Amino acid sequence: MANPRATARNPTVRPDSRRARPAPERGVPAESLDRLIHERIRLGIVSALAANDSLVFNDLKHLLATTAGNLSVHARKLEEAGYVACDKTFEGRLPKTTFRLTPAGRRALARYLDHMEALIRAARRG
Amino acid sequence: MPEDPARSPQQVRSHVVENLRFIRETMEAAGAFTAMSGRAQVVIGATALGAALLASRQPDGVRWLAVWLAEAVVAVAIATAGILEKSRRRRLPLLSGVSRRFWPSLAAPLFVGAALTVALATRGQFDVLPGVWLLLFGAAIVAGGALSVPLVRAMGWSFLALGLGALFAPPAWGDAFLAGGFGGLLAVFGVAIARRHGG
Repeated sequence: MANPRATARNPTVRPDSRRARPAPERGVPAESLDRLIHERIRLGIVSALAANDSLVFNDLKHLLATTAGNLSVHARKLEEAGYVACDKTFEGRLPKTTFRLTPAGRRALARYLDHMEALIRAARRG
Repeated sequence: MPEDPARSPQQVRSHVVENLRFIRETMEAAGAFTAMSGRAQVVIGATALGAALLASRQPDGVRWLAVWLAEAVVAVAIATAGILEKSRRRRLPLLSGVSRRFWPSLAAPLFVGAALTVALATRGQFDVLPGVWLLLFGAAIVAGGALSVPLVRAMGWSFLALGLGALFAPPAWGDAFLAGGFGGLLAVFGVAIARRHGG
């Protein structure tokens, strides 16, 4: 079944699945790696949010040493995939954007870590 | 990576290990304040040992206090330089998120320590000061350490234990307790923090 969230602009987006996936092993096809998380800034966003209930935009920007534009683009991709939830509020007159990791995002990170560990095991055998 | 079949297993492994390190460091930086500089603590430990030796040779309480206050100024300067250097090197934000909550937690017990120092010194009760300083420094580190790595909390509790000992030990042992705390404990935990938490 086609991914309903995947678009021409965002072909890497894959829906989270609750089905248990076998741990990737040697010779794992490339598509089993979640490329949405694999990108450096997005991996940083998901990792940082996994360690916090939520983080505001500026904290994430400083933490990942990236620009506001870059962070916005990558956070939006994660939001479109359902991995990250975004709340926009005002603090006085200043807009405040807060991100948090969704259960789907947490599962995606866990799968990604499983994949990395499996790759290490496979590399040891190779 | 797996998408490139030309990569050797060693290359894949080193890439994956680097990826996992990035995840761990990002989670660590986001989840706990680790900008406390272990290296700076080691330097402070050395200056504190010198201060303890110098203070023990002072003829009266006022001069003894002056030595330790001078050491406090030196220690704050070293700690500030160390924290700024580490936060810059490891890209840890000092005035945002978790770290913004760290500083008030640390500052309150230190403020109490300063107030008690003035009150006790003006009454000539210098003997009590080593225990008070060690206890309140420990309290500050435990409070600030609630948002930090476990090593920092362990250091705080060690100071509390030492402070309790100093409070009830003979007054002549005051400088030895201060040397053990601000010299020994800071240096030992400083080495551990530097090794496990990036400097």
